[in-house]
Amino acid sequence: MWSFLKSFYHKLGSPKWFYDISGKWLPWLAGLTAVLLATGAVWGLLYAPVDFKQGNSYRIIFLHVPVSFIALVGYYIMAIAGAITLIWRMKLAEVVMRACAPIGAAMTFLALISGAIWGKPTWGTWWVWDARITSMLVLFFLYLGVIALGEAFTNKDAGTKASAVLALVGTVNIPIIYKSVDWWYSLHQPATIKFTEESSMHPDMLYPLMIMIGAFYLLYAVLLILHARGEILYREHRTQWVKDLVKSSSGKL
Amino acid sequence: MMPRVRKQRLYIVLFIVLGASFAAGLVFFAISENMNLFYPPSDIVAGKAPVGKQIRVGGMVVEGSIKREPSSLKVKFDITDYGDAITVVYEGILPDLFSEGEGVVASGKLDANGVFQAEEVLAKHDENYMPPEVADTLQDRGHVPTGAVGSANEETP
Repeated sequence: MWSFLKSFYHKLGSPKWFYDISGKWLPWLAGLTAVLLATGAVWGLLYAPVDFKQGNSYRIIFLHVPVSFIALVGYYIMAIAGAITLIWRMKLAEVVMRACAPIGAAMTFLALISGAIWGKPTWGTWWVWDARITSMLVLFFLYLGVIALGEAFTNKDAGTKASAVLALVGTVNIPIIYKSVDWWYSLHQPATIKFTEESSMHPDMLYPLMIMIGAFYLLYAVLLILHARGEILYREHRTQWVKDLVKSSSGKL
Repeated sequence: MMPRVRKQRLYIVLFIVLGASFAAGLVFFAISENMNLFYPPSDIVAGKAPVGKQIRVGGMVVEGSIKREPSSLKVKFDITDYGDAITVVYEGILPDLFSEGEGVVASGKLDANGVFQAEEVLAKHDENYMPPEVADTLQDRGHVPTGAVGSANEETP
């Protein structure tokens, strides 16, 4: 077991190994993502019952909750990759950390926008400076900061280190976002999906929502792999294996 | 075993995370009160909210307390946090989800008589989602299908 883990760890250090294996996973992952996304979206938007108070407008939950989940979880993935980069100087972790930032920023942006669109018909306002929404906006700026710092130095190594440190510092915001609706009075309601007790949502609505959450996790994985592969090719463009790859595929394109 | 230099880097990373958490903890401990979006009615009755300043109040609309003026958009209602209640006066269009027994957050000023002069009223919905039929069933059985119900699932047929 230990020797297997050790060899896995050493393989992870090799960008070429990751490029090869992820190329094999990608079609399956993408296919499953498409199936789950289609199932969840059709079920949630067409077949799930209307809500007793909000009517049809609650259906934006099938986008809002998955993207918000991914925005938070993705930050931890980025920070952990950043920590591995700082401690072990692993190339692949650096690639993953850099790939996480723009995807996370996009997900956070979607969460904010879908929340605003939902807020208008239900709350009566697009935006309010309550703890949940403000801390989510801070998360968006943190993602942008990680991207900006990574590109702010002529020395790429220095940029990576700086953005890894920012990614680590920013992790304090994640539990604040998550608990903000419980710690302070906010306009945003508390969590519907609870990890320790039964969720306060009818199963007919909860199942499609769960499928959408699963679909967005997979979508995140697909986007992360695609982004990481691009970054790997860019970094390794002087190595023999990338040159061979370009040579062998140039005819096909 | 981890080489010394990596161990050192690990400590630096831990120091960054713990240090940042500690700093954030102190900051939020200091400004915790200001992080609240609104005052609950009991804080206002207790005199904790400033009079004549722009503030927000939040609570549940008391059943049977909504009084509309027939000739205008003026409306008057009480909100409560099940401790104390205050009266809110507002003129304008209310959000669709505004109704008795529902949560609201109003922004405006508290006048000298303890009446809240609202300039904006927002609906605060809860975390429960269910189909209308289920809500009706719950109501028939004597459950109020709002925040008071912990779980929407337990009573479904």
